[in-house]
Amino acid sequence: MSREAILGRVRAALSADRSAESSPLLSYPRTGTLNTEERLQMLEERLHEYDARVFHCPEQALAQRIFEVLSAAGRLRIIHPAALPTSWHAAQLDWTPDSPGLSYAEIEAFDGVLTGATAAVTESGSIVLQHGPAEGRRALTLLPDYHLCVIFENQIVETLPECFDRLKANAAAPTTFISGPSATADIEMTRIKGVHGPRFLDVILVTRPSNFPKLTFQ
Amino acid sequence: MTLITVDPLKAPSFPKAAAELLRDTQLRRNVAHATDVIQHKRAALVAEKSDWQALRTAGAAIRAEALRHLDRYLEQFEKQFTAAGGHVHWASDADEARRIIAGILHDAQADEVIKIKSMTTAEIDLNRSLESAGVRVYETDLAELILQLGHDQPSHIIAPALHKNRHQVRDLFAREMHLPDLADDPPALTEAARLYLREKFLKVKAAICGANFLIAETGSICIVESEGNGRMCLTLSDTLISVAGIEKVIPTFAGLEVLLQTLPRAATGERMNPYNSIWTGVTPGDGPHNMHVVLLDNGRSNLLEKEITRQTLQCIRCGACLNTCPVYRQTGGHAYGSVYSGPIGAILTPQLFALEHAQSLPYASSLCGACYEVCPVKINIPEVLVYLRSRVVDKNRNNLSSVFSQERIGMKMMARIFLNHERFEKAQRMARIFEKPFIGQDGWIHKLPGLAGQWTAARDLAPIPAQSFREWWRGRKASQ
Repeated sequence: MSREAILGRVRAALSADRSAESSPLLSYPRTGTLNTEERLQMLEERLHEYDARVFHCPEQALAQRIFEVLSAAGRLRIIHPAALPTSWHAAQLDWTPDSPGLSYAEIEAFDGVLTGATAAVTESGSIVLQHGPAEGRRALTLLPDYHLCVIFENQIVETLPECFDRLKANAAAPTTFISGPSATADIEMTRIKGVHGPRFLDVILVTRPSNFPKLTFQ
Repeated sequence: MTLITVDPLKAPSFPKAAAELLRDTQLRRNVAHATDVIQHKRAALVAEKSDWQALRTAGAAIRAEALRHLDRYLEQFEKQFTAAGGHVHWASDADEARRIIAGILHDAQADEVIKIKSMTTAEIDLNRSLESAGVRVYETDLAELILQLGHDQPSHIIAPALHKNRHQVRDLFAREMHLPDLADDPPALTEAARLYLREKFLKVKAAICGANFLIAETGSICIVESEGNGRMCLTLSDTLISVAGIEKVIPTFAGLEVLLQTLPRAATGERMNPYNSIWTGVTPGDGPHNMHVVLLDNGRSNLLEKEITRQTLQCIRCGACLNTCPVYRQTGGHAYGSVYSGPIGAILTPQLFALEHAQSLPYASSLCGACYEVCPVKINIPEVLVYLRSRVVDKNRNNLSSVFSQERIGMKMMARIFLNHERFEKAQRMARIFEKPFIGQDGWIHKLPGLAGQWTAARDLAPIPAQSFREWWRGRKASQ
């Protein structure tokens, strides 16, 4: 069987090098140096570079802000993860919770999708989804042409190592890093935005008073 | 169009292939433009990282650790991935991998498959074998689609169609997608590809991908991409097969925090590429329910024993060494006669495929070292090139034709001359006499006869100076 053959070849080749047993000592900066305000500002700059639009609001005004952004973008039929807090739904829009029965073609037909996020990384301008209750299954943030993503201030970290510290507790979950809308540079290295993923990405950065209770999902 | 096979078993030697490709001025312009653009973007983003060298060192250490205990990490990956509902297959060579994949697709009753760009599947020539087994293959990466529709071969590790310009792509799409009025600007071409593929994503239920990283600790696969075609394939399919070389494993989930900083910067000059997907086996209610990984050896285990060759397997396929290489930038990728081109191809191909078929590749380099300098996992490519050159020489040492070859005799003579300073100076004086008829009006030697003519075929040669340092020194003493 090839499994044993391959592992046998690997072991035979490596046997001479086993004496030096030491796991590598890795040394590189893991934590950032920016304060909260700078972190927010740099994330916004990065997102702009990716052609994403960025909006702000305090937590108590979130539903109103979501409504403003979606209606201004002309996105009225919105799908969302079933467990998204109902307090985010502005009454004037058409909200559909995701359900296992929805086909990919049906998901694709919505005007847009609204989700939360697991984390955001300032340095690379990345939004990270571990597809928990507020983010939904992967197809949800892939098929609709428009994605509105809500990110809370305390979800924003500066560096990738800080981000992985947050992800590792749930490392086996499907995880998606989104760094701007889909793009290609395959023809003459000209960057073209919007190939197969959502072509439009909007982000709302939510600031939360320090004494505000932490938002949890059921 | 110049089409040269990238099958190392059939490809012509590098100098022959290169001589032909260098005449394709359009190709040279396309390659020069593309590599210039990526290099400038990369340089700017590397410059802003004050910890770049620390990240290179860490990345090299992570990859070296994975290879030093490759058996352990492969078994750990298998255990974790299987526990999460996936299936792991082991393939000793390309043929076995193709049979395993055909078997999985057969069991899934799939006669169509969508593909994410993967160098490993190109290495095993998977598409052709699937097509001959009656499976229709759709490449979904834009560059791979360009190659597939044009029956062309990859010429770069991360931008495999960079040898094509917009006009060439327009003509191809217009013909193959039946779009006679297609414009030739990149947005229109990208839109055409989007519409062409959209329907396939929603309809085709089996997908094939490679893997950027396999994570032993968690049993996860990581795919790094730009267009979202990867997410489409790995999310919407029912059956998903990842084909990965055994060297793709890394020990820990946290290792990604280093490699995902260096890979995008080195590969495309981005702080982060648009999409990364990481997943572990099967997730109920989200994505494929029939998940397979094919672990491919195909010659890789032969590189493990010596550290000098093992470092070749540290490669994370960023392509930075191609963009910076003064040889690749002239010839493009096809001259290397393999899907792996550029400096990394020049060391990987001769080692993966029997050396006799790729003997010329270790010489396809000026040994300038630019590839080593840009490598995000610090593979000392020049060191491996020199080692492989010595292997080529050793291999041929006892051939009768080699014993009597002009090069061999010339080298022996040179060795004798260099052993003794009087002999050396005598040789210099003789050379001054013999070279005279060959010195041109501009003071350079442009053409020498015999074996020495191979040197002047590609370069001019400076004549021996009228006075050597030793002669000047002696004269100076005498005149004092």
